[in-house]
Amino acid sequence: MIEALLVLALAIGLGWPLGRYLAAVMRGAPMRGDRLFDWIERPFYRLLGTDPRRGMSWRGYAKAFALSNLVVGGLVWGLFMTQAWLPLNPDAIPNLRWDTALHTMVSFLTNTNQQHYSGQAQLSYLSQMVGIVGLQMATPMMGLALVVATLRALMGGRQAMQHGSDPASTAGSEADVGNYWADVVRGGLRFLLPLCLLWSVLLTSQGVPSTLQGGPIATPVDASAGMTQQKLPLGPVAPMVAIKQLGTNGGGWYGPNSSVPLENPTPFSNLLETLALILIPVAVAFMVGPFTGRRKFTALVFGSMLLMSVLSTGTGIVLEGHTASAAAPLLMEGKEVRFGANASALWATLTTQTSNGSVNAMHDSLAPLTGLVTLGNMLVNAIWGGIGCGLQQFIVYLLLAVFLAGLMTGRTPELFGRKIEAREVRLLSLLILLQPLALLGFTALTLALPQFTDNSNPGFHGISQVFYEYTSAFANNGSGFEGLGDATYWWNLTCSLVLALGRYPALIVPLAVAASLARKRHAPEGPGSLHIETPTFALTTIAVIVILTLLQFMPVLVLGPVAEHLSLAAH
Amino acid sequence: MIQQSHQTKTQHGHPASIDAASLRASVRDAFLKLAPRHIVKSPVMAIVLGGTLLAASITLAGAAPAGFGWAVTAILLVTVLFGNFAEAVAEARGRGQASSLRRARKDLVARRVDDVKGFRPGMRGNETQLPAADLRPGDHVVVSEGELIPADGEIVHGLATINESAVTGESAPVLREAGTDRSGVIGGTKVLSDEIVVRVTAEPGHSFLDRMIALVEGANRQKTPNEIALTMLLAAMTLTFLIVVATLSAIGAFVGVHVDPLLLIALLVCLIPTTIGGLLPAIGIAGMNRALSANVLAKSGKAVEVAGDVDVLLLDKTGTITHGDRQATAFHALTGINVEQLRDAALLSSLADPTPEGKSVVRLAREQGAAMQDPAHAHYIQFTAQTRMSGVDLDAGARLIRKGAGDTIERHVLALGGEVPAELKARVEQVARGGATPLVVSEGRYVLGVIELSDVVKHGVKDKFARLRAMGIKTVMITGDNPLTAAAIAAEAGVDDYIAEARPEDKLARIRSEQASGRLVAMVGDGTNDAPALAQADVGLAMNSGTQAAKEAGNMVDLDSDPTKLLAVVEVGKQQLITRGALTTFSLANDVSKYFAILPALFAAAIPSMAALNVMGLSSPKNAVLAALIFNALVIPALIPLALRGVRFKPASATVLLRRNMLLYGVGGVLLPFVAIKLVDLALDATIGT
Repeated sequence: MIEALLVLALAIGLGWPLGRYLAAVMRGAPMRGDRLFDWIERPFYRLLGTDPRRGMSWRGYAKAFALSNLVVGGLVWGLFMTQAWLPLNPDAIPNLRWDTALHTMVSFLTNTNQQHYSGQAQLSYLSQMVGIVGLQMATPMMGLALVVATLRALMGGRQAMQHGSDPASTAGSEADVGNYWADVVRGGLRFLLPLCLLWSVLLTSQGVPSTLQGGPIATPVDASAGMTQQKLPLGPVAPMVAIKQLGTNGGGWYGPNSSVPLENPTPFSNLLETLALILIPVAVAFMVGPFTGRRKFTALVFGSMLLMSVLSTGTGIVLEGHTASAAAPLLMEGKEVRFGANASALWATLTTQTSNGSVNAMHDSLAPLTGLVTLGNMLVNAIWGGIGCGLQQFIVYLLLAVFLAGLMTGRTPELFGRKIEAREVRLLSLLILLQPLALLGFTALTLALPQFTDNSNPGFHGISQVFYEYTSAFANNGSGFEGLGDATYWWNLTCSLVLALGRYPALIVPLAVAASLARKRHAPEGPGSLHIETPTFALTTIAVIVILTLLQFMPVLVLGPVAEHLSLAAH
Repeated sequence: MIQQSHQTKTQHGHPASIDAASLRASVRDAFLKLAPRHIVKSPVMAIVLGGTLLAASITLAGAAPAGFGWAVTAILLVTVLFGNFAEAVAEARGRGQASSLRRARKDLVARRVDDVKGFRPGMRGNETQLPAADLRPGDHVVVSEGELIPADGEIVHGLATINESAVTGESAPVLREAGTDRSGVIGGTKVLSDEIVVRVTAEPGHSFLDRMIALVEGANRQKTPNEIALTMLLAAMTLTFLIVVATLSAIGAFVGVHVDPLLLIALLVCLIPTTIGGLLPAIGIAGMNRALSANVLAKSGKAVEVAGDVDVLLLDKTGTITHGDRQATAFHALTGINVEQLRDAALLSSLADPTPEGKSVVRLAREQGAAMQDPAHAHYIQFTAQTRMSGVDLDAGARLIRKGAGDTIERHVLALGGEVPAELKARVEQVARGGATPLVVSEGRYVLGVIELSDVVKHGVKDKFARLRAMGIKTVMITGDNPLTAAAIAAEAGVDDYIAEARPEDKLARIRSEQASGRLVAMVGDGTNDAPALAQADVGLAMNSGTQAAKEAGNMVDLDSDPTKLLAVVEVGKQQLITRGALTTFSLANDVSKYFAILPALFAAAIPSMAALNVMGLSSPKNAVLAALIFNALVIPALIPLALRGVRFKPASATVLLRRNMLLYGVGGVLLPFVAIKLVDLALDATIGT
């Protein structure tokens, strides 16, 4: 528990100044360090052929986002399938099969990092450093860019956000939501990259490998396993661990992720990595206020997220130690003895709250009810959430809560002075429907057609495993119930689809909704309008989140983790 | 001529009351509304009806125990019928109002005047008798004491007291007069005194009454924008639950749970928002009806809904905030002038003045002892917009008495070569500062003094503005008075802002500027010169007593001609939205407990440990399902009175309203069904066993 509080306190203490800095970066106003960064950024803009000051409409912004993903995705897919013939492959690793390559590409392109392969054995240094780490650097900033654009649209567009301009004057015209390329480049170079450098240095200091040499051959002390010699896979691990933790990525160098001593050697490295799980998502919540100029908006976002996070983390830790599987041998199954139950449950809840997906224990072996908590976190996907995506999803819930709460205060629902009407509700309905359609649809198909799908566990746990895999994919989390034999055509292809469905509509539709709102007449907030920055409304939003998630997924959760818990408890 | 005595006051009476006959009619309508053409309008209810048919076929095919199967089928059917019944009851109330209106309209006979120019009161002969239905706009009809006015129109000649109870339910007679802002009359109302000539303004079948009947019957009710958005959200939730239920059997089969299709249908119907889905049309119809019970005729449901969002209310001072008939209350003679001299001059200048102000000057002068009679050879000067003064020329132009606004009289006196004493300005300001209107009197080249005209603020107006303010609505008073007078009256009446010395175009400009900064504006008006402003405003409430142009321009007409009635409309609009929001929240919150009733019942046979989820301790799986379904069905009729009456609304800040409604309908919506389902289960257990 002390570690949980320490992590939380550090995340809030560091997240606050980081959030203010991030707001300044994303606002694009003159700031310190401009001369250095402008000089670094200029070649990028020239290469992309864009004027960073020129704004885009929401359509232009979404198109640029889609285009960047298509191009980068195509290149990385090609890289994975040709890595054997390319340089920086000292361990002579073969090419990836096309479907695993596709799934890996989509998974990293969507900031998910769901892994149906084992990194140290199946990817070359080049694939890891350029393909994997490149995407791990770029995709969090793409998510951030989309939410920043959405916030701009909610405030009526960039013109309206400039001081002294009348928000009413922009009604009827398309809002300028910013420049996509500039947002990604600025966020990446001025914010994420320096932070990652710092974390890699700190992790290297703890003994995480950081080398381009091939791994050495070691002789095991205990030869009873029948292995006389073992090749130790090394590589530039520290930078990758830094970005996978900080960028809500989760995909580690090694298959077992941060439970391996090489990725997570010391208690301090565990603290650093646990902190990094939520640091930037917390900073994004703090960014909201200074970025939009509505300080209390941060209080709403941060307060709601913090409350949900504390409840989920506390519940997870308590359930792990005190429910059906808490007896001595069962409790430590799938856990690293160095960390124990509490630190594992802490990591498990935080990694699912933030859409990170890295693990320091095997979620497959968590107590069924802790598994339920991690599933709930990913189904909500807005308790911090992925960088950008979490806030974006929170805005979706916010709009729904405003719709209901607005009605209950006797006014046509409006957010920041703009009315939510049929068009916006239609777009939001699409998002509401998409989640159960993808998750329950594929879970039912997979369970009904075992001959195609190769799911490996029977019974309630089998349901949890399959549902977890799709939930993790849709939430762009990436963690897995690792018992699943998932490197098959079925899993690679359906997961690729679910990954994309969980990423692109969830990022683009809220932007479209916000842009649609920005076109409307702006009403100044008066004494009769709903004030969203109040505890009453925050609790309303949380109630909407909980009830909606519960109503959509209660049956499958009852048949999976709850039934498993009840049957374990009965023994 | 058909003379009828009308029931007054009853037709718009208690909103929630309904008699046995219309109850029977509503039950019949509930069955008629099962027709596919009607049921598809509500996606939620369409699914329940589909589920009913499916449940019946499953039972017929013998795939479920007959008793249980038919019980489920019957409850599902009753759920749909309850939803239809709610709508039918709301419509029946509208029809009740409509039929009493219709009585007022039928078989009227008109006396058409063919030569209006030559018409004199009391004259007979140049009239044609014809059925009212044959009247065309532009026709003139004469209506005498005791007769019903055959069509909507405007009085072009004469004045009369009229009983409008047939339309408004208000039995106190109203005065209608040609050439004023109170010249409009409604077909079907009764002239109590005098004789008037009315120019017909409505096409047959499109009269005020006709439109009103169509509206209250809900014949062409359009869904409001918010209703459309909410229907969309409910459809999305319905589809979501369809996905949940459709995938459940495949997921369950993996662990050996074979879910009975009948139970799946039951689960689906319990989950989809049937409560709000069934009551949504009734809420919309009831909103219009409630507006009508407040004697406001809204031209569309959208107008009522928009009223709930109003930020700014513009109203004319005259007749709205004050009684409007400014009364002479004092004569202030200038130094060196005898008060009697001023009084007599004022009296002389007002003898032929037909305005209420003029008459009040005469009355005050007489009260103070002026005994002067009508002088001979007097030439009266009428007030015109150009001269802006009135008065009288006596003794063949030797005595020129004038009264008018300060600056007008100043110019007049200066033009005659006279002087304006410095004292006048102070006197005028003194009167104005007290909230009264100063009227300056001059005789020849001399200024005599000032008449004080006071306008009395209506009783209770201040409270109503305070209530509007509590709802977040800003009030702006528009007046032709000078700024000092305006400020005094504004302070006394408690309005937030005022526009003094306003011209008609100022109203329009103010509305436009408020709208440009994003506010929703309501305008209350009655005069023809208000028509552009009424049309421009988001909510234009025209007074029924007002001119036809004003009534056409607004989107609501207040039958009582009470300008503060907007308050009632705003409350109806807000209530309607709150009722929708509250029942949606309630409906969705209910689902939590239904899961706890039905899921253990679904899985219990295959997974005995699931009994742990049966937190209500329901007696058997079958009873659990039936109890949830029965609760689900019964909650609809239980909430019909609430839907018709609207959720209680007290002006309060949005946060307070939200907190109260979330606690009541959100938290209450989660908890209540746990108790209710348990009670139904106990009843089932006692009557049919487990």
